[in-house]
Formats: sequence, C-alpha cells, structure tokens
Amino acid sequence: MTATAPTERTGTEVRLTKISKSYGAFTAVHPLDLTVPGGSFFALLGASGCGKTTTLRMIAGLEDPSSGTVELAGADVTALPPHKRPVNTVFQSYALFPHLDIYENVAFGLRRRGIKSVKKQVGDMLDLVQLGDFARRKPQQLSGGQQQRVAVARALINHPQVLLLDEPLGALDLKLRRQMQLELKRIQTEVGITFIHVTHDQEEAMTMADTVAVMNGGRVEQLGAPADLYETPRTTFVANFLGTSNLIAADVLDASGSDLVLQAASSKLALPAERCTVTPRTGGRLLIGIRPEKISLTHADDAGTVPDGRNRVTGRIATSSFIGVSTQYLVDSPVTAGAAPLAVYEQNIERDRRLVPGAEVVLHWNPGHSFGLDAAQSIEAGTDAGEGT
Amino acid sequence: MTAPSGLSRVTRWLRRNLVVIAGLTTLGYLMLPNVIVTVFSFNKPNGRFNYEWQRFSTDAWTDPCGVADLCGSLSLSLQIAVWATLGSTVLGTMIAFALARYRFRARSSVSTLLFLPMAMPEVVMAASLATLFLNMGVTFGFWTILIAHIMFCLSFVVTAVKARVMSMDPRLEQAAQDLYATPLQTFLRVTLPIAAPGIAAGALLSFALSFDDFIITNFNAGSTVTFPMFVWGSAQRGTPVQINVIGTAMFVIAVLCVLVGQLAGGRRKRS
Repeated sequence: MTATAPTERTGTEVRLTKISKSYGAFTAVHPLDLTVPGGSFFALLGASGCGKTTTLRMIAGLEDPSSGTVELAGADVTALPPHKRPVNTVFQSYALFPHLDIYENVAFGLRRRGIKSVKKQVGDMLDLVQLGDFARRKPQQLSGGQQQRVAVARALINHPQVLLLDEPLGALDLKLRRQMQLELKRIQTEVGITFIHVTHDQEEAMTMADTVAVMNGGRVEQLGAPADLYETPRTTFVANFLGTSNLIAADVLDASGSDLVLQAASSKLALPAERCTVTPRTGGRLLIGIRPEKISLTHADDAGTVPDGRNRVTGRIATSSFIGVSTQYLVDSPVTAGAAPLAVYEQNIERDRRLVPGAEVVLHWNPGHSFGLDAAQSIEAGTDAGEGT
Repeated sequence: MTAPSGLSRVTRWLRRNLVVIAGLTTLGYLMLPNVIVTVFSFNKPNGRFNYEWQRFSTDAWTDPCGVADLCGSLSLSLQIAVWATLGSTVLGTMIAFALARYRFRARSSVSTLLFLPMAMPEVVMAASLATLFLNMGVTFGFWTILIAHIMFCLSFVVTAVKARVMSMDPRLEQAAQDLYATPLQTFLRVTLPIAAPGIAAGALLSFALSFDDFIITNFNAGSTVTFPMFVWGSAQRGTPVQINVIGTAMFVIAVLCVLVGQLAGGRRKRS
C-alpha cells in the first residue's frame, strides 16, 4: 500500500491492538484495543493529559508506540514513518506553513507525492472551503476560522484513508465552533472518509461523532454511541464528564427481583437490575445515578399529586438560576449525606412560582431513567473537583 | 477659548514632533561619519594626509587602485570574509539546530562557551590564538586568519539561528511529514525556509565582522595584509584618498543591498 493510493468511498477501518506509550516511568497510554469502523466519525474524548492526543499521534506515526500495533484496512503500519502513512492530520492551532501562501499550503501534500498539475485540485478544494479568493494570502493574514478551513483543505486534498483531527476547533470562539462542527460533519458525510477527532469538549464530541471513546488516565473508560454513553454511563467518570449526573450512595435492600430495591437515607428507591453495571447483592452498596433533566420538582404541599411508581426524594431548594430555556435548581436532600446537592433542570413550560430557594420540595423520577454504578469508585471522578482522578 | 500663547504653541509642536526630531538627530549622529568619508573621497589634499578639505577632484574615484597594495589587500579581505561567512554560517547553523533541538550531555556548557568569543576582549583572544598557532608551528597567513575569523563569527551565527529555531513550532515539521514529505524534504521545504531569516542575519553579521576585523587579524596574519591592516598601516604614513573611495563604495553597496532586500520583501507581501 502506498501513500498515493486514492481511497474508495467506503472508508478505512483503523485497528489498534494492545497499543501503549510510556515516557520513562510515566505511562501516557495503557495498553488499549480500539477498532474504528471504516467511514465513521469517531471521537476520542477526555480531559487534558488523558492520552487521547498521544493515541492520535501514534496513528499518524508522529509517536512511536511502546508496544502494540496500528492497522489501517488490515495492513500493519506500525513501522511506517509518518510520510508513508495514508493518513492526514489537522493539527491543534493548524500548523500552517507561515512561509507559504494558502495555495502552496494546500498543494504541499500533492507536490510531495510528485503530482505536477495541482492547479485544478487546489482550486476545487479552496472553493469547497470557500477560500478561493484567498489563495495568494499568507496564513497569518487570515482569521482563525479561515486558517482552520485551510488546515482541513490541506489534509483532505490528499484523499487520506483516515483524517485525524487534534482539537481542531479549540482556538475558535463559541459561535464559530458550532458552525465548524456542522461543517466538518457535513464534509465527513460527503467524502466518506474515516474521521478520528480528539477533543475535551463533550458537547462537541456528542454533536459530531457516531461513536465516542471516553478516555481517562491513559485508558478507555467507555466506548459507544453518544446517546448510550449519556443514558447509561458505566463509570462515575463517564457519568460526570459527559454532562452532569446526580450520584446517590444507597444500600441494597433486595436484589432478587427485576427491580432492585435501594435505600438512601429514609427514601426507598427502585432501579431496574439491567440498568446496573455491577452484579448487585442484597446488603451491599451501590451508586444510583440520575440526570438532572429527568427529575421533576413538585412543591411539598402537592406531594400527593406525584404518581405512584416513581422514585421520590425530599429536599429543600438551595439555589435556583433561571437561564431561559430552563431553570436550574440545586436541592439539599438527606439522601446526599452532606455531599454535593442534587441538580435539577426544569424545562421552562409552566413555572411554579413557589419553587424558590428555601422551599420544601419532592424530587421524583421514572426509575427506568436511573442507572446503577459500582460504589467502590470516587463519586467525584470527572467533575471539576475530581479533575485528574 | 483664548488663542494659545506662543510658548504653549511651541511646546505643542515639540510634543507632536518629538519622535521625528529624536529620530532625525540619531540618524544624523549615525550618518555624519559616512558623510565625511564620502565628502573627503572627492578631496585633493596637499601632502599625504587627507584631513583637510582643499579642492574638489575625482582623481581618486577614477583610479581607486592607484595606491600600491590597496586593491590587493581589499581582495584578500573580501576572500577571507566570503569564506569565513560560508564556514561560520554552515557550522553555526548546524550547532544552533543541535542546541535547540536535541538534549545531550554538556549541552548547556556548549551553549555558554559559545558566548565566550562575544564576551571576551578581542585582544585577549587574539593574543592567545597567536600563542596557540606559534606553539603548533603553524605558518601565519591566509589560513590562520580564516580560522580565527570563523571562530569569532561562529557565536554570532549560533545566537541568531538558535533564536529563530527555538521560536519555530515543532508541529510545522510534523505537519510536513504528515503531508508526505521525507525527512530531507521536510528540512529543505519547511525547516530551512523558516530558519532562513536567522541564517541570513548570521551570515551578514559574519561578513561585516570578518571584513573589518583588525585586532585578531593583526595578531594572526604574519606578513599578510588585509584591508583594515592596510588602512591602519597607511594612517601612520599618510592617508590616501582611495581609502575613502573604498569606504564610500562599501557603504553604498550595503545600502543598496538593504534597499533591494526591502523592495523584494515588500513586493512578496503585497502580491
């Protein structure tokens, strides 16, 4: 396989086998297996220093793995230097060549492969990213968003089998970032190339990717479709890093039925056994998790109106902040046992004016929306307070 | 509002034009010696010393090599300057890359030692080099001068190039490799062009330093005479006008080089 081989539209599968990277005593990436299906938009998500960029660089060949192999479409490329791999990278802060103009930046890869007539291809590519009028400008004369598009064009013009994106949107402001997310997604669908996208922004990963691998401390914590990761996190890190979760430590009263019966403070809570990542046993402990937007708030005076079959917890509103589409409450409750208060997001449909700080409330939710996690992990992993755990 | 008084009008004018005034004064301070040199290249002195204005003449300009040994020493100086520039730029660029890119034992001491030729009094270095050559039994002449010049130019090249390489984003070279450039292509197409301004600055410095060096050359030249040595020697016995002619010509060539460089740079930016 040579670098000049153009890709078919089906996309190339990337397979990492037992790949790891250590720098002296520090292990950046623990041995990990990862298969990225051909043509998919795959995101490596994690906080800084979790090993996601190192993993990406090992695929590009810019970092030699300490062990393990990298395969592209079944061919082992572990020993190939970067210039012989049919992959291209969009670098963080773009790494555009400052001494070349936009045209020559985009043409760079073609020229290195000995292609003489690049004019049409470069012109088409610049039109694709809407920078046709800027061909003779230098990179530093362009705005951040334009530079980003040049970086994408410079990589895509080579028809790589895999496009690697290393936090390509990190330097852009929020509005432009949203726009570029959609743009990249559109391009990926159009060209059908496998995209591997490294990011620390969970919203970005969920918006763009078909499959997300959440990394933490050099390991993949969980891999799956964004909705699956969000609805059924398997570790406290994933639960906290992807959005916000309320995690309540509870005793298992009865683990025999299809619904577990748990107790936290004086509240009895139900949890479907299949939504539990550990095998529960009666008398043990569990963490029961519930997303803030799945919880409903009812003033304590109306406690009787809460339908049967829902998990109920009492509490008192500590703070409320109105943010337009919703109101976000923090509620002190005996079930948290002094840990962080419970977060509740109420959609702004019919606001109950009695729900103000200090009000006694009942929190209730559908037991099927909660998830069970092993109680032996840090409850704060993946939150700002538990950063780096 | 009343009309401003004369004094305040003057201070206002001063305040507005202070930068221009300071700039012109400094420029005058820098340029005056060159102007004198140029003016006196058109002099026709009575006697051997060209220190007093007598009358206008283009004699020296029409016959620049009219003084014995002058053009010979000039050509020798130019040759030495060219070779010293080449040698120190190639060596210095490689040293700069090694220091900026690689971690090796004694890296920091090498870095410090390279500063010595810049920091040490020239006369001390000149004398110790001469002692070294004497003890090794080397004949003084072209080669000892060249070795000495490469030695002291090296530190300037290393300093200029290292600053440039250190500020270069390592991702640029990775990007080149990622875009199918072999290591050699990466160096020629990306690393070298980006480091070029530093290398050019080092080379220019080397040329100027080598061309007009007197102290170190004088200690290590033996019977060879470079242009600065010729000027020094003739100043004892009288100063031929031709020295002013050569000086003016060098100045004009340097100014032209800068102008051409700026024009080329400006055109590239505009297009």
